[in-house]
Amino acid sequence: MKIRLHVWRQESTDKKGKMESYDLDNVLPDMSFLEMMDVLNEKLTVEGKSPVAFDHDCREGVCGMCSMVINGQAHGPKATTTTCQLYMRHFKDGAEIYVEPFRSGAFPVLQDLMVDRSAFDRIIQAGGYISNHSGPKPDPNSIPIEPGVQETSLDAASCIGCGACVAACPNGSASLFTSAKISHLGMLPQGQPERYERVGAMVDQMEGEGFGSCRNYAECEAQCPKGISIAFIGRMNADYLKATLVEPVDGRGKMHAQ
Amino acid sequence: MNRITTLYSSTIGKKFIAAVTGLILFGFLVGHVAGNLKVFTGSTEAGVPHVDEYGHFLRIVGEPFLPKMAALWIARIVLLASVALHIVVVVQLAFRNLEARPVGYVRSKKSASTLAALWMMFSGSLIAFFIVFHLLHFTLGALPIGEFQHGAIYKNIYSSFQNPLISLFYVVVMGVLGFHLYHGVWSLFQTLGIDNPDRNKSLRMFAIIATIGIVVGFSLVPLSFMTGMMPEPIAYDPALLSH
Ligand code: HEM
Ligand code: SF4
Ligand code: FES
Repeated sequence: MKIRLHVWRQESTDKKGKMESYDLDNVLPDMSFLEMMDVLNEKLTVEGKSPVAFDHDCREGVCGMCSMVINGQAHGPKATTTTCQLYMRHFKDGAEIYVEPFRSGAFPVLQDLMVDRSAFDRIIQAGGYISNHSGPKPDPNSIPIEPGVQETSLDAASCIGCGACVAACPNGSASLFTSAKISHLGMLPQGQPERYERVGAMVDQMEGEGFGSCRNYAECEAQCPKGISIAFIGRMNADYLKATLVEPVDGRGKMHAQ
Repeated sequence: MNRITTLYSSTIGKKFIAAVTGLILFGFLVGHVAGNLKVFTGSTEAGVPHVDEYGHFLRIVGEPFLPKMAALWIARIVLLASVALHIVVVVQLAFRNLEARPVGYVRSKKSASTLAALWMMFSGSLIAFFIVFHLLHFTLGALPIGEFQHGAIYKNIYSSFQNPLISLFYVVVMGVLGFHLYHGVWSLFQTLGIDNPDRNKSLRMFAIIATIGIVVGFSLVPLSFMTGMMPEPIAYDPALLSH
């Protein structure tokens, strides 16, 4: 197949970037999108030009490193699919394909299609720890968990931290990612002791990183490669509001009768 | 107090305020549209239009426990404060969101967001303009549109809506308000953390039905007067109102 690519080229964070066009005419339908990018880079290298920098690692949809906005959608046109799992057969012969980096103030472009997503690491760090005893291993399943809760918590845990939700959000909000990370611990019994502290700390970090606010567009859910539901954002809101408005600050003080 | 400042400093807290004030304003709209529909129920035996009686009732409600107009002023203050707070937080959030996404895409494609949601600031700004216009028009009678006489609600409405441009303006603004409510009335439940997959369908349906009810209810009034379907106002003695 033949395709025409328009790719964002930017030397480094402080340089100005622009779209450049490349024609490829030896693309096989069964190449993955990243393999096609490898072919492009091969060609650029042979021509003595600098290859396009892009992030990737596992190439099997589990690590969350690949990050491209393809034809205006994070991870491309196929729903619940990462860029590395997208194949050229998902495009028409002769297609024009626009490839841009994830856009967000909190994700500065490092080079070409690579962005710095370390803000996500800092949000996870802000989540801290869960209290657990360090003695002998408990029996498996010694803490009963309702299957529905367990499944929902695992849904949240399937977030691969790719940042597509931020890229997709017109407000550059990281609510879907943060709420998934908050919920997968907050729903399980093991995550209860620090539940309300955790939601406060993680939301504070998210805001400190300069992400935008959620306007409930649900654009993130639609473009998330793992199909994480915005139900988790509602859950995060409820927990955050409870943590700020209801949870006791001073649980141990003395009280007086009137 | 500490809790309030913490809440206000976060985006989730600001959205909480937008949601609560939005809910208050939504509640007001439901009451207002119900009151407006009284123009269609005719007059008392003494010849006082029901809508004028209703307006009078709002001025004296709470008597003798509250002084005249007190309940009305409490409601007015709560509503104006809600509008002001709503505007302050949504404008602050909008600026923050612009900073959070400084560069857009060359090629962009929306997968889920509705136009109603994307245009909240546009619909909201038109509503803000309309609130000022509407208060000057029918509450203060300060605009050179139709005749205006304090308390003679039916007559004022009749006279203003003879002008088709004014009537159509009201109908168009109600359409835009509908867009604001279509997204807003569902969105507030999500912001408050009340929506979940079990309730999602019902809450969205509630927002749609409420929006249609409010838009159609408000629009019926200018449309009926504009098309000459409503009886002319008949003069009556204002003293009939004061019992
Ligand atoms: C009758 C008056 C109004 C009603 C009933 C109303 C209702 C609502 C509701 C229910 C929401 C959803 C809140 C949430 O997502 O949690 C909302 C959001 C919003 N409103 Fe209003 N509103 C009114 C007037 C205004 C005005 C005058 C503005 C002027 C700027 C405005 C601008 C906005 C914006 C921009 C949002 C989105 C906020 C965000 O998600 O960041 N609204 N409104
Ligand atoms: S919520 Fe989805 S889009 Fe966001 S980081 Fe996790 S997997 Fe990626
Ligand atoms: S490269 Fe690991 S998810 Fe795409």
